[in-house]
Amino acid sequence: MAINVQKLRQDFPNLALKVYGKPLVYLDNAATTFKPQCVIDAISNHYAHGTSNVHRGVHFLSEQATKAFEDSREIVRQFLNAKSTQEIIFTRGTTDAINLVAQSFGRAFLKSGDEIVISAMEHHSNIVPWQMLCEQVGCVLKVVPMNQHGELIWDEYIRLLTPKTRLVAMTYVSNSLGTINPIAKIIKEAKDRGIAVLVDGAQAVTYRSIDVQALDCDFFAFSGHKIFGPTGIGVLYGKQQLLESMPPYQGGGDMIASVTFAKTTYNVLPYKFEAGTPAIAEAIGLGAAIKYVQSIGLENMAAHKKELLDYGTKVLSAIPGVRLIGTAQEKTAILSFDVEGIHPHDLGTLVDEDGVAIRTGHHCTQPVMEFFKVPATARASLAFYNTKEELDILVKAIYRAKDIFK
Amino acid sequence: MSMRDELYQQTILEHNRNPRNFRKLEGATHVAEGYNPLCGDHLWVYMKVNASGIIEDAAFEGSGCAISKASASMMTASLKGKNTQQANELFEEFHKLVIGELKPDEHPNHLEKLTVFSGIWQYPVRVKCASLGWHTMHGALEKAKTVSTE
Repeated sequence: MAINVQKLRQDFPNLALKVYGKPLVYLDNAATTFKPQCVIDAISNHYAHGTSNVHRGVHFLSEQATKAFEDSREIVRQFLNAKSTQEIIFTRGTTDAINLVAQSFGRAFLKSGDEIVISAMEHHSNIVPWQMLCEQVGCVLKVVPMNQHGELIWDEYIRLLTPKTRLVAMTYVSNSLGTINPIAKIIKEAKDRGIAVLVDGAQAVTYRSIDVQALDCDFFAFSGHKIFGPTGIGVLYGKQQLLESMPPYQGGGDMIASVTFAKTTYNVLPYKFEAGTPAIAEAIGLGAAIKYVQSIGLENMAAHKKELLDYGTKVLSAIPGVRLIGTAQEKTAILSFDVEGIHPHDLGTLVDEDGVAIRTGHHCTQPVMEFFKVPATARASLAFYNTKEELDILVKAIYRAKDIFK
Repeated sequence: MSMRDELYQQTILEHNRNPRNFRKLEGATHVAEGYNPLCGDHLWVYMKVNASGIIEDAAFEGSGCAISKASASMMTASLKGKNTQQANELFEEFHKLVIGELKPDEHPNHLEKLTVFSGIWQYPVRVKCASLGWHTMHGALEKAKTVSTE
């Protein structure tokens, strides 16, 4: 079903902004997305009328807050099609979720000489936690290379799966190139060999619906703020049996069953991994964001974004001197590019004056930049609320920048 | 003045297009590497300082945005013939200029053409671009190997 973009845009107060007197053209959605009014309301409503801690008091507000918080967990469970809410752990974001797996699963089950397989297009958050783990336990990081289009080289992936491989940690969708990895196939090859799999789903959750049971991944991580929810909240899905076998990540309140100075008994899942007062308002906001996305339909959003991607690819490629970086057959609405003779940072500053917000830099993927031999790229990343007219404004702004730098 | 006019003045665009002293300096006595992870600016500054402390030659190479390249280019041009103490003074003045603490019209200074960067303090994320070459030069004189403006 075609979505009514103009009508939906009214759900996002941020989209009505003007910068330097010009309408804002926000094309930085891979960094973070805007929040619809219903999400803002859910958060402010909690603070205005429902502030309380969760899982503690017996008073009215505490019970109400606990219910709202746990309702969100159920919304997330349905969203990922997990078996149980015990498999849904609230974290600070994708990065926090990956660090949790590295420090809990990794330190408990990986030893010297074991191998972790990642890809050449990973975000730093799916590289550095594993490097830290390698330093701690002596395991080894193996990197699946990609081709000039920014696609994973399949045969190399298969070659890197060895009897030493203990974990595959792979992004579903590349944040700097837009590449969609064949994640179901990737997981299957690993699972057939008894290897655990973590999926970095940060960019994937706005691309298509996720079914962790069908995917059969062991872990799936995503962030609230990239799916129109608040910052400071994310999710780690983990298979129950695996989570139960893992030691806690952080110690503190809420994650314990009983504490004496002699011995502490840990709480049941998912609380074992949620030490301290959680991001309550943010979790409630995430629940509202997921319900909002479901009310529009991910497939409907994806159809509109595919149109935008095709249009954007066409109009950007038509500009002399523009080179698209990341030209995978399967990709999401992320357009990374450079313009001959203009450093991306200068381009970002110049188009900003036309009200256009794009990201410039290495996008936390320095190895990707190195591979394509660029110091940085400009990146336009699109959400369902973007329009072809906005892409036209970007194109005009690039021409103006070229004029200044000619 | 608009941002584009302020940041991308003709002098700056011209130095970006044709950077001066853009080469590796053989026989340099002072070398340092500068890196700005934010935008990927990465450059090396070379100086040849003689026995009496005079900078006989200065050069740079690397890649970066127009602001960082033009700034490094103009810096190397202004360093030649100065002694290291004057270079450090100029570094201090330039630093104050780009953070808006030195107004060229009000405060006596030795900046000359470098005052083209006097409006950059209004664009905080770009201050690091303008100062990367200078921090690297300062690091080279202080014998630091790698300088980062992050």
